[in-house]
Amino acid sequence: MTLSVRIIPCLDVTDGRVVKGINFTNLVDAGDPVEMASLYDAEGADELTFLDISASSSNRETTLDVVRRTAEQVFIPLTVGGGIRSVDDVDRLLRAGADKVSINTAAIVRPELIAEIADRFGSQVLVLSVDARRARTESGFEVTTHGGREGTDIDALAWIEKACALGVGEILLNSMDADGTRAGYDIGMITAVRAISKVPLIASGGAGTFEDFAHALDAGADALLAASVFHFGIHRIGDVKRYLDAQGYSIRMSTSK
Amino acid sequence: MIAILDYGSGNLRSAQRAFATASDDVILTSDFNEAIEADGLVVPGVGAFAACMQGLNGVKGAEIIRKRKELERPTLGICIGMQILFSQGLEHSDKGSHAGVGIWEGEVSKVDAPILPHMGWNTVESAQQSILFKGIESESFYFVHSYAAKNAPASRATWSTYGEKFLSAIEDEYVSATQFHPEKSGRAGLALIKNWVKSL
Repeated sequence: MTLSVRIIPCLDVTDGRVVKGINFTNLVDAGDPVEMASLYDAEGADELTFLDISASSSNRETTLDVVRRTAEQVFIPLTVGGGIRSVDDVDRLLRAGADKVSINTAAIVRPELIAEIADRFGSQVLVLSVDARRARTESGFEVTTHGGREGTDIDALAWIEKACALGVGEILLNSMDADGTRAGYDIGMITAVRAISKVPLIASGGAGTFEDFAHALDAGADALLAASVFHFGIHRIGDVKRYLDAQGYSIRMSTSK
Repeated sequence: MIAILDYGSGNLRSAQRAFATASDDVILTSDFNEAIEADGLVVPGVGAFAACMQGLNGVKGAEIIRKRKELERPTLGICIGMQILFSQGLEHSDKGSHAGVGIWEGEVSKVDAPILPHMGWNTVESAQQSILFKGIESESFYFVHSYAAKNAPASRATWSTYGEKFLSAIEDEYVSATQFHPEKSGRAGLALIKNWVKSL
């Protein structure tokens, strides 16, 4: 009778396709999003995340269609992020079938957007996505924008505290140093963010071995997000969940067929 | 026919699709008569308690729910749609509580847990003779909420625990409700929806 840890595959979507690269570059095609969403659901994914990495607004229309088609087939929670700049953008995504949205750069540019979204739809729909890297800010962690390409000199912990006060319902913490490397989550970063936040924390970036997932949970993550290890078939979600279950973590092991 | 009450923005599409797996005739409506006449009415939750009540009042939702109860027609509340069926909500209520639809006496208060919202998959202690949980008693369901009812207004009560024990579902003759989202709870959720649809 405890809340289960969530295992969340993340699909980077552009032009209606799933892509994956290392440190947000060298993108390769990884499949059809709706098919992959159904497959991950069948394998036991606890939620799904789509990150729209499209450069243009016409491509974003394609993403709305992908969200619509996915929500028609897959009955687990779906979070969509990427390019959200206004309350209207959120409204369109929720109406298309998203359950939550994640915001990043737009909230850094204009933090009031957090409160506007939370007031209209409730903070439970709002995930703050933080792309952070180790740097010489006060806490040792800096917020980056544009998929990790640009530094901001904003201290990551100070930003998270501010965003939580404005009304985010969840934090997606992505280590830009670890992203795509499969060398393990940034445990120090997870520990530091857990210590200052009272909303659920999703750890992202660096998942490689089964032990990596366990270490992130030990550091205080409530959910684990990974992309490349699942897309390229290095691990199956079901295998990760069976491992964590055997290690004594609270895992949803679906029994209904 | 199953009607999903549309009284504001939010993700109603998933709810409609999920109920369509159990019934050929599912509509989204904000029309008073359509909502009254439906064989089953689903009241999804939108936003916070007060915002939800405001949205409901815009489509005479409280009147619809009370009238259906009188007419012995089934209604299913989901998440905040469960919470507003109680008489009082304490969400963001620095100046006292908000009035709910009042199908049940009782208040909805903050869940006592260090990390909120309670977000994710949790198990249930399902009620004896539950119709909703028949065959899925030991499954997990998807929750997203920070407030909950702590007292059962009817005997067929289902409980969950997160920091403390709270009411995760209630079945009271013609009015049922779940604190979790069956439309987001995968195969277990679809099975629960099917159980409810079959009972209509």
